[in-house]
Amino acid sequence: MTFNRRQALVMSMGAAAAAVLPLRLSAAIEDNIAAFTGGAEIGEGGITLTAPEIAENGNTVPVSVSAPGATAIMILAAGNPTPAVGIFHFGPLAGAQSASTRIRLAGTQDVIAIAQMPDGSFVQASQEVKVTIGGCGG
Amino acid sequence: MADNVTPRIRVPREAAAGEVIEIKTLISHQMESGQRRDGDGNIIPRSIINRFVCEFNGETVIDVTLEPAISTNPYFEFTATVPESGTFTFTWYDDDGSVYTDTKEITVS
Repeated sequence: MTFNRRQALVMSMGAAAAAVLPLRLSAAIEDNIAAFTGGAEIGEGGITLTAPEIAENGNTVPVSVSAPGATAIMILAAGNPTPAVGIFHFGPLAGAQSASTRIRLAGTQDVIAIAQMPDGSFVQASQEVKVTIGGCGG
Repeated sequence: MADNVTPRIRVPREAAAGEVIEIKTLISHQMESGQRRDGDGNIIPRSIINRFVCEFNGETVIDVTLEPAISTNPYFEFTATVPESGTFTFTWYDDDGSVYTDTKEITVS
């Protein structure tokens, strides 16, 4: 089977479209962030995200978030098929605005935490976690 | 799937008034993500716990929205302020409509 010029061109366009796919994933992250922040600016500081640098098993990666005074904290896994991980809403009886849980990571990626402050502002922190064995369907 | 769902909770029995205590909860649940495939290549449908709420005497301590990226047997560790003696209520909401609840008493001395 031989390709003429036109077929080769079509194929290279297909390859280019495939290369664009990862960008769609980051759009999913932006959708998640926009749904949480309503498009507000996100600052830095006032939030701590604790995650291991290297996670041997992506099925259970312990993460902790802490943002004194926050009303809610959202966790995102930038490299997962669905980036949303969870949202912690803190009630009036929360002792400190911190929580720990265990999450799934499909592979090495950034974990992002965004906190909503009582004045309506948002702050974020992120950390890269290297995953040896992915935790999605593997 | 709602079989063998057992909550396990650790709350201190006693506290001083206004003390901040640490609570640990774990509930056994497979948290099927909806991303996995079975032996024939069919996607296994999503089946997770999608919300967890902890309340003390009717006031919210924490309200968590869970996504499929939360690990099997969802584990949470958080803190609560205890103003008076009372009851912690823990509620998990399953995708299939099941609701699992458990309570823990605490005495303020």
